[in-house]
Amino acid sequence: MKHRLKFTGKKLIRIGILLLGVSLVTFLLMCASPLDPLQTNVGQVALGSMSAEQVERLEAYWGVDTPPVQRYLGWLSGVLQGDFGTSLLYRQPVMTVIGERLGNSFLLLLAAWMISGVLGMALGVTAGAFRGKWPDKLIRGYCIVISSTPAFWLAILLLMIFSVWLGWLPVGLSVPAGMAAEAVSAADRLRHAILPALTLSITGVANIALHTREKMIDVMESDYVLFARARGESELSVVLRHGLRNVSLPAITLQFASVSEIIGGSVLVEQVFSYPGLGQAAVTAGLGSDLPLLLGITVITAAIVFAGNLIADLLYGVVDPRIRRGTARE
Amino acid sequence: MSVSFTQYGRGIRRRQLPVIRDLSLSVGPGEVVAVVGASGSGKSLLAHGILGILPYNSCMEGKIYYDGQVLTRERAGKLRKGEIALIPQGVTYLDPLMKVRDQLTGGKRDKETLDRCRRALERYGLGKETEELYPFELSGGMARRVLIASAVMQNPRLIIADEPTPGLDVRAAKRILGHFRELADEGAGMLFITHDLALALEVADRVTVFYAGETIEEASVSDFAGAERLRHPFTKALWRAMPGNGFVPLRGAQPYPGTVRQGCPFAEQCERCRRECTETEQIPLRLSGGGKVRCLYPEEGDCTALGAEIGKAEAEDNSAGHAGREIAR
Amino acid sequence: MKRREKLYNRRQTTLFFLAAAIFVLAAVTVSGILVEERAAATDFSRTNLAPGIPYLFGTDWMGRDMFLRTLSGLSLSIRIGVLTAAVSAVTALCLGTAAAVFGSRVDAAVSWVIDLVMGIPHILLVMLISIACGRGFVGVVAGVSLSHWPSLARVVRTEVLQIKSAPYVLAAEKLGVSRLQIVRRHMIPHLFPQFLTGTILLFPHAILHEASVTFLGFGLSSEQPAIGVILSESMQYLTTGRWWLALFPGLALVFVVVLFAMLGERVRKLLDPASVHE
Repeated sequence: MKHRLKFTGKKLIRIGILLLGVSLVTFLLMCASPLDPLQTNVGQVALGSMSAEQVERLEAYWGVDTPPVQRYLGWLSGVLQGDFGTSLLYRQPVMTVIGERLGNSFLLLLAAWMISGVLGMALGVTAGAFRGKWPDKLIRGYCIVISSTPAFWLAILLLMIFSVWLGWLPVGLSVPAGMAAEAVSAADRLRHAILPALTLSITGVANIALHTREKMIDVMESDYVLFARARGESELSVVLRHGLRNVSLPAITLQFASVSEIIGGSVLVEQVFSYPGLGQAAVTAGLGSDLPLLLGITVITAAIVFAGNLIADLLYGVVDPRIRRGTARE
Repeated sequence: MSVSFTQYGRGIRRRQLPVIRDLSLSVGPGEVVAVVGASGSGKSLLAHGILGILPYNSCMEGKIYYDGQVLTRERAGKLRKGEIALIPQGVTYLDPLMKVRDQLTGGKRDKETLDRCRRALERYGLGKETEELYPFELSGGMARRVLIASAVMQNPRLIIADEPTPGLDVRAAKRILGHFRELADEGAGMLFITHDLALALEVADRVTVFYAGETIEEASVSDFAGAERLRHPFTKALWRAMPGNGFVPLRGAQPYPGTVRQGCPFAEQCERCRRECTETEQIPLRLSGGGKVRCLYPEEGDCTALGAEIGKAEAEDNSAGHAGREIAR
Repeated sequence: MKRREKLYNRRQTTLFFLAAAIFVLAAVTVSGILVEERAAATDFSRTNLAPGIPYLFGTDWMGRDMFLRTLSGLSLSIRIGVLTAAVSAVTALCLGTAAAVFGSRVDAAVSWVIDLVMGIPHILLVMLISIACGRGFVGVVAGVSLSHWPSLARVVRTEVLQIKSAPYVLAAEKLGVSRLQIVRRHMIPHLFPQFLTGTILLFPHAILHEASVTFLGFGLSSEQPAIGVILSESMQYLTTGRWWLALFPGLALVFVVVLFAMLGERVRKLLDPASVHE
């Protein structure tokens, strides 16, 4: 137990330092940008018609006049007190914006993450077990095509088929346009989340299935599978008892590593479906040079990704008997 | 029986690689037959061939008879559930993530299976706590005994043990061999595959020698009392290489699969090799003095006089006269 | 059990496929450059035509031939893909080898940077770098090249570490083989196949991410004939039923990326020593 606490502690410290690095890199990149936030948001013409005083006030608001080092340190001390600053575009605290957006995205991300994980593993195991035969060829073909398809184009395609052509599902947004927030039912929310979640799942499956297939092939060629066959275990029993068991360990790592990809995909998909989630906010913040918001989003998503990796490491320790019993003995 | 693999050479050439060219052997009930050969002579493939579990790029020809009937792949699939059992090489043949008990029972949880598993492990001195262990927690000797128990559990009539002793000290290895004898005495046929002639002689009734994918000699254990009664030059060399029989090493190496086109594969290393040895298409396996041999001139001389080593061989061997004649020639 | 012998064996068909794929990709690239001017030509006498003859992919609201636009878009995508994949691969090779060769400090630093870059979702990082470079062509190229090296760098690092302590290399050192000889005879033959396939498999990712950031508005400007731009424009016409604006350019992009992916896959199979067994 002590061993595991120490391991977790070390990992947490490393994650903390990495997050600091992420924030610094993001900040430097934003500062290095030659794009003038005033020009992009206020416009050249409007700026020209303003008094020097007004321009100065705007510059102060967008933080253009503050030296970068001072700005970063100010941001950092705020974060340490739990304050991520105020979004310049939404004029709300960054944490409020992120909280609301993440709330919208959460259902989407979770659904896509679970579906792609379960389906990806099932397809990967099947393909590996039938190596070289038609189920394998079919699944591999699907995976190669899908992993070569841009997520946003797939989103456009689904939108065209199900919303425009068949008219089954709404075109976009997380709620019907022009409705008061209270009047929106859970069913409406669900209907608007179906297509984005579907797109993310379809793309997510490919990668997980391909990797699981590789692992499955390794397992099927192993000595212990040979021996299981020699003992007269049926092919089905070999796949279910030995295949699934031994593929499940790398699958844990794979599943948690896919968090980053799913978040990345959600940026594109939310844009196509005008789904007001975290990804869309990131695009808005990026286009409008909203430094505090983009900084906040990057740090939070990185934190989610690192947390996923940590959970995978810890789960490994619980599931793998070699680590579980090995450390217990020390 | 022959086994070949499809393989690519350099570039885009594809070829059939004959790994096993002409193997033949037989095992009767209550009998321990040892298969002896260097690594790469096709011993493990024989085991996998009998069980019908050869890899996907292989191609097996020839016939295996079991109980008087041809052993097809389908029949092998049925028989390996009970009648034919394999004792593999080591701990890597156990699923690293599964407890010993679940591996032996094959996932069945009924009382009868669990009892059989219990009894099989107990027979080899493994207590109840062993059932709950994972393979990485077993010592080398324990793992070996678990593997034997897994074979015994099925009450098999034919047991194939594929190199079951490497990594064990002599005492442990002999104990394992004792278990084999016991199983044979109970009526099972036992095929003991090994590269160690000394171990084979310890337990076997008959010995079959493999060389480069061919059976080159079949002899009873009593033939190994001295080199004179052995038939094939390679067997003689093997015998001579044993400590206590001269410890004479054999020069050269077994040819790599696919390099022997015709004739005797041992020709390169054989002192008595003649022209016919390399020119005959395939040398037949002939009956000879109660055993079998695949050699054109088995009676010619009793010693595989190997150049400089001869002096040493003479000291140990009474057939010095023959050796002298070889040199003189 | 005997297999039916096919007319050509798998290595021959693989080589044939490689040649064909490379030819198609090269043809698309070159012809895309040649038709670039014609692709941008507007003609208001032929706006919004559905696909047919002579306009295979239809025309858009400014009367531009979608087939030619797609072709020059693909060409640009391939060129950017090759450029960024090359930059990424070189970065990966340098950093990966440095981590494995120059001791634990450098190793720790490089591994830390790899973790850092892998921690930010790709698309977000490409966006950030592109913003830092002021968007446009430079932004996309910098963004995609600087975000795709970590996974390959990791592979290179582990491989070099493994070879360095491999018994045959240690034995060669003991036998007094010169360092240069060891690198040439033992390390490069081992590393090269891994590196080459890793590099080819970078192309698909690079092309997809270029199209994605451009689609989001962080990449190539709308005057350039990029697939991302075409698809982003098509979004406005979806509900009016002009499906061809999105369908064909996207399909063509998928086709090119699949070609690259299969190319990498085949090369990997050819170079893998274990592939001698069919």
